[in-house]
Amino acid sequence: MGFFHNYEEMAAMILFGIGFTTLLLHKNMIKKIIGFSMMDSAIYLFLAAKGYIEGRTAPIVVDGVQSMEAYINPIPAGLVLTGIVVSVSVTALMLALTVRLYRRYHTLDIDEITAQVRKEEQ
Amino acid sequence: MAKTRNDYENSWWPRFVRWLKNGSSALDDAMYGDLEEEAVLPDAPAGDAEKREAQWDERRRLLLRDEQDMYSQVHAWSRSKGAKLAQWFYRVTAVVICLGIIWMLLQTAAYLPPFGNPDNPANNEVSRRYIEQGMQETGAVNIVAGMILDYRAFDTLGESNVLFIAACSVLILLRISSEKHGGDAVAQLEAEADDRMYEPKNDLILQRIASFLVPLILLFGVYIIMNGHISPGGGFSGGAVMGAGLILYLNAFGFRKTERFFTFKTFKVVSLCALSFYAVSKAYSFFTGANHLSSFISPGTPGRLFSAGLIPYLNIAVGLVVCCTMYAFYTLFRKGDM
Amino acid sequence: MHMELWQSIPFACILLPLGSAALTSVLKSGFARRWTFLVLTMVTAVSAVFTVLMARYGASYTYMMGHYPAPWGNEIRAGLLEAVTATFFSLVMLLSLMGGVKKIDDHILHDKQSLYYVMLLLLTAALMAQVYTNDIFTAYVFLEIMTIAACSLIMARTKGRTLVAATRYMVMNLVGSGLFLLGIILLYDLTGHLLMSNIRQAVSALAESGQYQMPLTVVVALITIGLGIKSALFPFHTWVPDAYGYTTPTSSAILSALVSKGYIFLLIKIMYRVIGLDVIATTGIDNVLFVFALVGMVMGSVSAIRQSDIRRMIAFSSVAQIGYIYMGIGLGTDAGMMAAVFHIFSHAVCKAMLFLAAGGLADASGNSKQFRALRGSGFRSPIAGVAFTIGALSMVGFPFLGGFTSKLNFAMAAMQADSGRMMLVLITLAISTWLNTIYFLKTVITLYRKPVEGMEYPVEKGRRGFCFNASLVCFSLATIALGLFSQYLIEAITTGLTMFG
Repeated sequence: MGFFHNYEEMAAMILFGIGFTTLLLHKNMIKKIIGFSMMDSAIYLFLAAKGYIEGRTAPIVVDGVQSMEAYINPIPAGLVLTGIVVSVSVTALMLALTVRLYRRYHTLDIDEITAQVRKEEQ
Repeated sequence: MAKTRNDYENSWWPRFVRWLKNGSSALDDAMYGDLEEEAVLPDAPAGDAEKREAQWDERRRLLLRDEQDMYSQVHAWSRSKGAKLAQWFYRVTAVVICLGIIWMLLQTAAYLPPFGNPDNPANNEVSRRYIEQGMQETGAVNIVAGMILDYRAFDTLGESNVLFIAACSVLILLRISSEKHGGDAVAQLEAEADDRMYEPKNDLILQRIASFLVPLILLFGVYIIMNGHISPGGGFSGGAVMGAGLILYLNAFGFRKTERFFTFKTFKVVSLCALSFYAVSKAYSFFTGANHLSSFISPGTPGRLFSAGLIPYLNIAVGLVVCCTMYAFYTLFRKGDM
Repeated sequence: MHMELWQSIPFACILLPLGSAALTSVLKSGFARRWTFLVLTMVTAVSAVFTVLMARYGASYTYMMGHYPAPWGNEIRAGLLEAVTATFFSLVMLLSLMGGVKKIDDHILHDKQSLYYVMLLLLTAALMAQVYTNDIFTAYVFLEIMTIAACSLIMARTKGRTLVAATRYMVMNLVGSGLFLLGIILLYDLTGHLLMSNIRQAVSALAESGQYQMPLTVVVALITIGLGIKSALFPFHTWVPDAYGYTTPTSSAILSALVSKGYIFLLIKIMYRVIGLDVIATTGIDNVLFVFALVGMVMGSVSAIRQSDIRRMIAFSSVAQIGYIYMGIGLGTDAGMMAAVFHIFSHAVCKAMLFLAAGGLADASGNSKQFRALRGSGFRSPIAGVAFTIGALSMVGFPFLGGFTSKLNFAMAAMQADSGRMMLVLITLAISTWLNTIYFLKTVITLYRKPVEGMEYPVEKGRRGFCFNASLVCFSLATIALGLFSQYLIEAITTGLTMFG
């Protein structure tokens, strides 16, 4: 139990919450996408914090030193790399969807778009 | 009173609510609607029975009308304000739930293994082997590159396909279909003309700087990709740098110039070659690994440019895919074609 | 350990569609279609052979994806349950594509069809990877492929409505993915492993020592809710009707039959192989699932009754059926899990058939999906009508059909649970069956009623060809087989689940 030694994780969690709320509740598509990006970035921040070990350097072998005590944990770094590519792809897809919706309905407000779609149906 | 209300309007909570509602104040709409109304009863003066009867009739009629009014009002209310109130209620609940989630996550973070501590569960035999034997086993000086392209290569194979599938989805969404606009090239021409408006028209400064910078950026991208197993970097970062270089070139010189060497066909062929090479080489390596066959891929001398088995070639493949995809995203968003 | 050649089949089932996807993107649409058919047929056939071989082999095994053994490398794991699931998934995929291939031609722009087939192939690869993988982060990566592919399947028929539906689908799914990713990252932080079997050991050790109890509960909650959102568990189902209702029939069939089931299969796998049922029970998350499931079973059906559009009705019925599956999971017993897995299969077959048949019926009614226009369409399109009737009867729980066996399994599983849950399950099953009967039989009766006066239906010839009919006949046979020969499948699932743990 330590509210006082996990600052990085706390910050990541708060960011995650903000992103989550924005993604879920905001009506504006662009803000939704920003929220999604924040949420994912928060997770990567969390991962990066988890990989860090006090006083050790990045996991690239220097001068042939290969002891566990010299380098930080390389696994979270790899996971972040994979995760970033996934979130870039999803962001591109969401932006493309937004562009199409905007071209057709001339608004970014998802509720208004839904209302217009309903009107079209009738 | 008005001042208090103004103060209230400017305090953080209504502003927060307004932010949620995107501008219009929810409290105003939902709460201040019908508060002013007051029922006014007709007074009943004393008189003879008939008069009183008539008065009662009148009053009943009024009441009936009032009731009808009220019904229609309620209906109207439930249609307009009620819906708003329900939405407001939904939003407040959602905010409360979100705050609850944040609180729960903060609690969790407090209970997690401490930050920066070498004895955390994550620093176990897995990362020990990656660090202590990674260079000998994969041949990569950059342990992360060795990890994602050799130890855990299946993830990375999936990941490059995520990028590919996203590019395909964006193509479905944004590529201007020749079929839709058919023979009349009017729409196509219009789109192009539209694009020309935003395109810098022979901006000399931009062109001079770009002609100087673009080769450097591309070279830097190639350097990052080629040294991915020796130093920080790799296919993804290098590919992104090269993609940025291409986008700068496009912005300076326009589509006419870039179309000479990069069209939709280039994108398809490069993606196909890179992904196929990736899939085939990894399939070979997985198959030999699982069946305990010896494979001809050897780690080589760590630190050399051509060492680390397949890793540099995989980095090149990934870099090409990323570069093409970045450029494709940009052109598709801008013009709807490549 | 020496590997036989046939043990590489799961690996081939993932790599073949994954590798051929890039190739499909450069082909012309006709070739892309044939190539996709070929790959899907190969995957189905090979998976079927693999099921038989696994049943004979009688044990599960792990297959290294690379040169490094368990805690360091990445691996896939195959057992009987995985083999059966892979066979079912690829078969339903193949038949759905077959049934809707004509409509794909109509609905999707010609120069974008090959991209649609790319999506199908990548979806197949992702499903197979989801079924076989033994690594939780790999599961996440392929989960995202599945999400993007599913979104593209929705918006491939580019209309305003499908775009909005795809957007809503994407937003809800991103929320789900975010929660899931956070869950697995926390789990990695607590255990230090990414391979499922290793995490399981570490989690058991943690549960025994009582360390990190609270984060572990949060992890279970995050993963379950994330996957629950993605698979349209009741309170998170709002995107379902739009997503399934307006796109091309193949997409609807695949989305409701396979994509949501893929997530549920992953959840079951995580419950068994990553966290362990005993730890799940101590967190109490199964009770939450149970309650959501029961409410979903009733509310989904109630919403379905109120629809006037046949495809939206089927979509809402999916919500109710997902509730059934989660109810089986929420019972927390092996029997409940078996019933849930069986229902995954019977519902996958049945729902895909219903969507395809509804597409055919709508085609025979001047492209309208309103019940008013659908009157008498059972006579205008006989095979679709019969297939829809069989599907509807199976949904309702008519004896000798797949749905009946499912409901029987659920009831039997409930009998073994404690009395409170038993009563709840039996009562809800009764109510839900009754509601199902109302809307499905109403629809079937509508199909065979006299058309509304003055309605004109265009006469169409040869629009729905051999493929459509063949796929519906295969689906009908599969539904009947699931009812008549269910004991073999139940046996296989039970053995598979014991191999699973």
